[in-house]
Amino acid sequence: MPHPALHLAVEIDGDGAHPAAWRRAAHAPGELLTPRRTAQVAAVAENAGFTLVTLDDSVLPPASAAVGGPAGRIGAVERAAFIAASTSVIGVAPVLATTYAEPFHVSTRIASLDHVSVGRAGWVLGVEESAEAARAWGRPRVEGEPALRREALDGLQVARDLWDSWEDDAVIRSVATSRYLDRERLHYVDFEGETYSVKGPAIVPRPPQGRPVVLAPAGLVPPGLVDVALVEGSSPAVLGEAAAASGAPLAFAELEVALDTPGETAAERIADLDRFAAWDEGAGRPPGRLRYTGSAQGLADLLEELSAVVDGVRLHPLVLDEDLAVLSRLVLPELFVRRIAARPLPGTTLRTTLGLPRPESRFATTASASATAASATTPATTREGNR
Amino acid sequence: MTGTDPHDVPRPDARLHFGVFFQGVNHWTIWSDPASGSQIDPASFRKVAQTAERGLFDAFFLGDGLRLRETDGHIHDLDVAGRPDSLAQLAALAAVTHRIGLVSTSNTTFNEPGDLAHRLASLDLLSGGRAGWNVVTTDNAWTGANFRRGGFLDHADRYTRAEEFLKVARAIWDGWAEGAVTDSVEARSWSVPGTIGRVRAAGAQFDVDLVPALPRSAQGHPVIFQAGDSPDGRDFAARNADVIFSAHGRDFDDALGFAEDIRRRLRAAGRPEDALRILPATEIVIGATEKEAEEKARWVRLEQVTPATALAVASRLWNLDLSERDADGPLPAEDPVVEENTGAFGSARIADPRGVVAEWRARAEANGWSLRETVIELGPQRGHVGTAAGLAEKFARWVRHGALDGFNISPYLIPDGLDDIVDLLVPELQERGAYRTAYTGTTLREHLELPPLA
Repeated sequence: MPHPALHLAVEIDGDGAHPAAWRRAAHAPGELLTPRRTAQVAAVAENAGFTLVTLDDSVLPPASAAVGGPAGRIGAVERAAFIAASTSVIGVAPVLATTYAEPFHVSTRIASLDHVSVGRAGWVLGVEESAEAARAWGRPRVEGEPALRREALDGLQVARDLWDSWEDDAVIRSVATSRYLDRERLHYVDFEGETYSVKGPAIVPRPPQGRPVVLAPAGLVPPGLVDVALVEGSSPAVLGEAAAASGAPLAFAELEVALDTPGETAAERIADLDRFAAWDEGAGRPPGRLRYTGSAQGLADLLEELSAVVDGVRLHPLVLDEDLAVLSRLVLPELFVRRIAARPLPGTTLRTTLGLPRPESRFATTASASATAASATTPATTREGNR
Repeated sequence: MTGTDPHDVPRPDARLHFGVFFQGVNHWTIWSDPASGSQIDPASFRKVAQTAERGLFDAFFLGDGLRLRETDGHIHDLDVAGRPDSLAQLAALAAVTHRIGLVSTSNTTFNEPGDLAHRLASLDLLSGGRAGWNVVTTDNAWTGANFRRGGFLDHADRYTRAEEFLKVARAIWDGWAEGAVTDSVEARSWSVPGTIGRVRAAGAQFDVDLVPALPRSAQGHPVIFQAGDSPDGRDFAARNADVIFSAHGRDFDDALGFAEDIRRRLRAAGRPEDALRILPATEIVIGATEKEAEEKARWVRLEQVTPATALAVASRLWNLDLSERDADGPLPAEDPVVEENTGAFGSARIADPRGVVAEWRARAEANGWSLRETVIELGPQRGHVGTAAGLAEKFARWVRHGALDGFNISPYLIPDGLDDIVDLLVPELQERGAYRTAYTGTTLREHLELPPLA
């Protein structure tokens, strides 16, 4: 039975998923924090045929710093915008937490990323859990699961409302009436949360995708508000269950990969890096995450198996410079041949590539309201809609 | 060549520095002309930035807005509006430009230093040391309604916070010593032990404790711009800024007076007189002849000040709803309503509306002007009109006399409005030795001829 194409995302923060990955990188350590390196990794991912890259972030230094790894990181939104301008097809999704950041800024930044990428923006909804993050922001700590969830949810709702606050055709440029804007198509969001309120409207026109693609760890916020749930699990079966339970339109499995290279096996490469810091104990690594170690062929087989139970995967390569090359030369081409996955097409928005409908503004007036109602039922059709 | 004789002038070797201001909200950018492109399409930003770079400009500049402008509770609908986040947009431009500086206006009232300093440093690294930060403040609760913190600062505290903010940002930018990253993959760790400091700042506005996550850029850290014209704003600039934007760029005496005032304040702050560049905002209209330039400027003003815009400008001045009046008729007979809160948000306050109206009445009567003509002639003005050669002669004289260091130019058309300046004015300035003929550095700090950071 044919099943929908598997969407391929790759996390490209730092030098790779292993905290000591920098020791095997194909560049000098200091080169990590440069535009050349940033553009180069994105170009490799785009040329390989990935649908999107994600970029981790925090107000704190990367977790790898705690075990002797990279202590620096260029801001993810700025990196994503830079990448968007130096690529043409691939989606870009920075992590951005709303725990302490101003949701008005968050909304503007993600909308702007969608404008500069002409509809290729995603947003990985983040959470700042630690006491250190609160001190870095200089704000009272948001503590405990309920409060962290509340800040994530409120921030996401504000962002969505602000994206919708300009209807698609709010800029009318009516020479006859001297009006640039139709103020009837601009809306105050009047968000009232538990701890704050936001007036609106946005200062940036509605993004090309209407709403940029929202990715979030499964269970963080109500699934109706996200496009892609990121699910964890130590086997395809568990991932399949998590995907089915997520309730989101799409579910991507988190998958760590270490691949055999022409000179070394994946196990040897891991052992080499584990001399300096253990991957398993790498700071910030979620427990129970599926990891694949071995040949390109074996990974292609695993991804084929996963394609039956999830809509996509987000790969976390051991060492970007090494594993991306193998993914690019051996794994993705094999997936394309087997028709398990497809390259994104030029001129296509990320939403379209993912088979997600473009949402109407929730403020849109009657003429288009029926379209909104229709699109609300899409989760079921999306999985079928990919091919 | 009178006035440009090297022996007559205090700064015979001075050269102009140009920035381009891509304005996101205003009635100056003509949107009604068929040649006017999109204000939000990334291609517009790229075109303007690349044209400015072709013209060897120092900087591409973006403003900031945290709420759409309103009058009496209605969103202002006549002018260009809707703009991207400046740091995201500039980071994108960093990928498609090579030399031009990229200046973000970012607000200190509704940002936090740990976050914003990191974003600015990110732009600085991605651009290879070309970032600038125009430091602005807000004191109104109207803007605060879009933020968690609401309208939490009064007028007196906004510069206090800005100054403290800047201090924390600088500490963050200087948090990594030179050579903080190892050059050996066999080293004990990626960062050299003891090279990354912790920033702890506890003041009236901030209580921050963090480990900076970025090295210094090729220029050290972003160049600081400031635009306040009040005594507080000027003092803030004299103490902290590398560049000051001003509104004193139309009249030579006014420009020189402003520059001398800034130099006095610099001395008082213990900084050298040449520590700060003065770049007034301006609009430049060029014609093949003086007459052609005047005709073109007239067309520009008519497009900028439509009847509806004239009534909106008058409504703000009178503090009355005049939108139903006839712009081509006489000035309103009423006296302006003088109140603290005018109901107009996001626009500059008018200090003495009664005085302004009295002057407008006298001038309109003497010249037989309609309301719209009066707004065109006496309303907000900025700009220089002339032939390329005439303007180049004038600007060379001004910069050599120390009245300014250059201009921050607002094109009246997007995205092609800079073409005339780059193709016609810049060569004339170069011929007079008053403008660079090539970039000699790679960083914004170098373009501005500012001393390297310690």
